[in-house]
Amino acid sequence: MDASLIPETTAAPPSARRISRAFVARVLSGHVLAPLGAVVFTLIVFGVFVALAGVSPLDVYASMYRGAFGTWFSFQNTLLRAAPLMLTGLCAALPARLGLIVIGGEGALVVGGVSAAATAMVLQGVSPLTMQLSMALAAMLGGGAWIGAVGALRSYRGVNETISSLLLTYIAIALLNHLVEGPLKDPASLNKPSTPHIGEANMLGTLPGVDVHWGLVFGVAACAFSYVLMDRSVFGFAAKIVGGNARAARLSGLNVPRLVILACFMGGAAAGLAGMVEVSAVHGTANVSLVAGYGYTGILVAFLARHNPLYVMPVALVLGGINASGGLLQRTFGLPDATVSVLQGILFVSILASESYRGSEFSLARLRLPSWGRS
Amino acid sequence: MDAADATALGVWGVPLALLGGAIRVSTPFLFVSLGECITERSGRVNLGLEGTLVMAAMSAYGASYLSGSPWLGVLAAGTIGAVFGALHGFLCGRPRVNDIAVGIALMLFGIGLAFFLGKPLIQPSAPHLPAISLGFFSDVPQVRSALEVNVLFLLGVALAPALAWMLSRTRWGLILRTVGESAEAARALGYDVGSVRFWATVAGGVLAGIGGSFLSLYYPGSWNEGLSSGQGLMAVALVIFARWQPVRCLWASLLFGGASALGPALQSIGIGSGYYLFNVAPYALTLVILVLSSSAAKAAAAQPAELTIQR
Repeated sequence: MDASLIPETTAAPPSARRISRAFVARVLSGHVLAPLGAVVFTLIVFGVFVALAGVSPLDVYASMYRGAFGTWFSFQNTLLRAAPLMLTGLCAALPARLGLIVIGGEGALVVGGVSAAATAMVLQGVSPLTMQLSMALAAMLGGGAWIGAVGALRSYRGVNETISSLLLTYIAIALLNHLVEGPLKDPASLNKPSTPHIGEANMLGTLPGVDVHWGLVFGVAACAFSYVLMDRSVFGFAAKIVGGNARAARLSGLNVPRLVILACFMGGAAAGLAGMVEVSAVHGTANVSLVAGYGYTGILVAFLARHNPLYVMPVALVLGGINASGGLLQRTFGLPDATVSVLQGILFVSILASESYRGSEFSLARLRLPSWGRS
Repeated sequence: MDAADATALGVWGVPLALLGGAIRVSTPFLFVSLGECITERSGRVNLGLEGTLVMAAMSAYGASYLSGSPWLGVLAAGTIGAVFGALHGFLCGRPRVNDIAVGIALMLFGIGLAFFLGKPLIQPSAPHLPAISLGFFSDVPQVRSALEVNVLFLLGVALAPALAWMLSRTRWGLILRTVGESAEAARALGYDVGSVRFWATVAGGVLAGIGGSFLSLYYPGSWNEGLSSGQGLMAVALVIFARWQPVRCLWASLLFGGASALGPALQSIGIGSGYYLFNVAPYALTLVILVLSSSAAKAAAAQPAELTIQR
């Protein structure tokens, strides 16, 4: 760093020392150790679990790594799964910033996918770009309205958002089944009722040079946008106040219902976009394949990322990798496909339990640290 | 309704099927909601009962299949419910741990674990729980099948007023309610708030587990991965509707059972086109009831004051 840029009044060395001391104190106080401990604990418990199922834990972890990040092919597969997880992760993370626990990402994804497929049925003969933009818009509006309704019910009727969002997921799946078996059914789809194919020309292509579709860009862009919105804007500041104390926010004149509904709408729009990506880049139609659990894994993504949109990206990558390795575990060791769900469940429980070790109450923090002078 | 004469009873088959469905389908709702009622009265929410329900259903089926006795299956289900309840109760007793988030985590964990361990149980068939025929007076087969009542249902029906009595008339009930209304007051009186809530969550888990055994051992009566689709969660919503009163939980469970039976009942008289749409009925009903029974301005008067489910 250029020393001349630093004003003479603030000496550089003490400030750097203060930062490093704060950093060490933060690490030791459990902000880093607690989640790290939760991950290690998860690996041990899951290791014992697969050992009881008769498979060597080390072999399982080795092949999970191979199936997720080991080869270029598997890494691309991981990226493909990370894309919808970033979007469904936002569906839980954005409302959580205002203190709402929304778990309806799966439903918003389904609604988004159906909206996109229906749009493709209505708009025929337009250019692929127009079509893709319209599908994305319809999906975001559909998914946004779905979760926005959860926020509205919470704001205006006091309905618990966790329960209502999951109920709406079941309703969304039933609507999907109804529509693909009836009004939107492609007569040619016999074995697996689906909507008509959106057309090869309208499919989202792959990024240049890799076998990964544009959904990944959508996911990264949505996370970046959400980060700026939540951490660098007035809206985000207002949201933080609501999340901290809704009554204080109301008393200071913030329009709490509007903030809640907007955050829910944006979360739902993100999950809806994930549905559009699944339809327009993976399946080509809307059918029950949309119900693949991305919404539920997204809840875990949000909690692991501590509802920070920036952290949602790497966490979605790791969980996408775990999901991607599920197939390999099935083929190599004959483990059921639910193995990955067990691992995610243990991780979820551990990370929540580790909350109690965060912050000042962690025992290591109470150890006498060498003091670098009094502040 | 051209197809209404497909059965001898015609359109009258629908209310009859709804009644039968209410009795048959309501049992898991009843047990889960009674369990959640106990837990919530202590001031804590366990949203993980959906996971408990699925895990217990799998365990009950496995135990019944291996031992040949469905009652051992019920016992296994209750035990698993206790374990999951204890896990929830323990975790939520730690500082800064959110009970709703732990519930979601345990729901996903329970479902994942049940699917993992239950893989070998999809094929074999396990002995079922017995039923009592209360329709012996009638010659109409539909009436007889509607009044085929399972023992667990009768147990649940007896349990509801018993719990109501326990909550309002016994020392334990008073302690439980005190803890749920004001942890401060309970502490001042010398009660251990943490352990009361822990045991209330364990008790809730046991009842939810028994409800789960009904799913796999009576109706629908097999183990598969689509066995429960939100019954555990709907039962939690139902407790709000029932205003935390066990006897009202019974009526609400019957209502929800009837709503769940709407799709199959209409299909039985030949209206099958909107099958999936009719299956929305229980979820939509839950949502409508939640909207009607909630208020934005203040928490419901009957709600335990320590509860965080509606703020």
